[in-house]
Amino acid sequence: MKPPRFDYTAPTALPEALRALGEGACPLAGGQSLVLEMHYRRQRPSALVDLNGIAELDHITAGDDGLRVGALARHRAFEQPVAGPLGRLLSRAAVHIAHPPVRNRGTMLGSLAWANPASEWPAVALALQAELTLASASATRTVPAEEFFRGPHTTARRPDELLVEARFPALEGAAGFVEHRRTHASFAQVAAAVALTVRGGAVRQARIALAGAADRPIRVRAAEQHLVGLEVGRVAGGGSDEDAFRRAGELAAAAADPIPEPHGSAEHKRQVAAVLVRRALQQAHQDQADQDQPHQDGACGT
Amino acid sequence: MSAVSLRVNGAEHAVDVEPRRLLADVLREECGLTGTKLGCEHGVCGSCTVLLDGQAVRSCLLLAVQCHGREISTVEGLAADGELHPLQEAFSAEHGLQCGFCTAGFLMLAEGARRTEPEVFADPEQLTQLLTSNLCRCTGYHGIVRAVRRAAGQEPE
Repeated sequence: MKPPRFDYTAPTALPEALRALGEGACPLAGGQSLVLEMHYRRQRPSALVDLNGIAELDHITAGDDGLRVGALARHRAFEQPVAGPLGRLLSRAAVHIAHPPVRNRGTMLGSLAWANPASEWPAVALALQAELTLASASATRTVPAEEFFRGPHTTARRPDELLVEARFPALEGAAGFVEHRRTHASFAQVAAAVALTVRGGAVRQARIALAGAADRPIRVRAAEQHLVGLEVGRVAGGGSDEDAFRRAGELAAAAADPIPEPHGSAEHKRQVAAVLVRRALQQAHQDQADQDQPHQDGACGT
Repeated sequence: MSAVSLRVNGAEHAVDVEPRRLLADVLREECGLTGTKLGCEHGVCGSCTVLLDGQAVRSCLLLAVQCHGREISTVEGLAADGELHPLQEAFSAEHGLQCGFCTAGFLMLAEGARRTEPEVFADPEQLTQLLTSNLCRCTGYHGIVRAVRRAAGQEPE
């Protein structure tokens, strides 16, 4: 099918766009999910508000308070990592999203607002404790990622609001992201995002988020608590970390409440979640070890 | 109806279309450029791939109104002065096509990479990632991989 009829506006300033939003009106950024859903006629907006002409929404800004991402930042922009574990987590996740032509158009904030339970960015936003700024014509508010996702394609965003910015606090530590899917361009069956705050070689805080493991992205706190105090990176000892990672995977699987699908029962997805959490932690451990290693090349050596 | 001005392969096309019309449909029906094919219309198969300001995009997931004033390249723009583009020559030489339905999409996918990230042609893993974007039901992909590498000046194998 083709999309049903709708009104189209392409404002060039944010206030104008916010005034145009409301019941029945959808913001259009990358359109890689929205236009597809309009083909299916599962989405029948009365109006589309095209954001692509609003220059102020097209930004990725790194500062002392972390990374700020505007509503027009495309998935593609995160493939090359910005410095630090935060950027590495974003780039590891970005390459799992669909395929290059879709990543050229689709946006991170669009994906967050669309809130597909299997999408990468919502899980990453949880693991990184992102703060999401929603603006309407009358007010602006900031919602923690954890309170934003309410169910499949359901968020705290009201129809008259636009998700204008995501802020990712700087991560002092290490990160990992691992995904299982049926083919290169498939949606994730399950994905695990891990962010470890590491000081003095030990985990001070662990955040583990899963995509595809429930009706929304979830944090798995029992698994996180199990890791606090664990030594990671260069100073890690023996096989104790492997045991801890495996146990964290088991705890994550127990916390998951996966929705069965034709290619994956709930039991299968739980098993996948256990394996992915363990692997994502191994990756974060390696990430920390790489940072602990003195730089080998002459340019950085002292 | 919306008045939309598209710049396709360097030529201006002023069209009057409903906002709901897809770029792919407008290219084929209003501009008469039927080289761009529509396979799935779900963003999956990649047959409708064109370049928007030099970047490969799915023209089935893009509204024509969104492309007002933008630069679009389609397969019709590849050959110049009766000479096939090096990618087209290579697809022929390396048997990168059989029925040909997916070919325009693959050519534009590869042309987009040639313009924006030519380094992918030297890295087999990155090239596989790129070509995974599109589907071909005939060739088994090896001919396409060889063709794209050949056009980029790499050894086909």
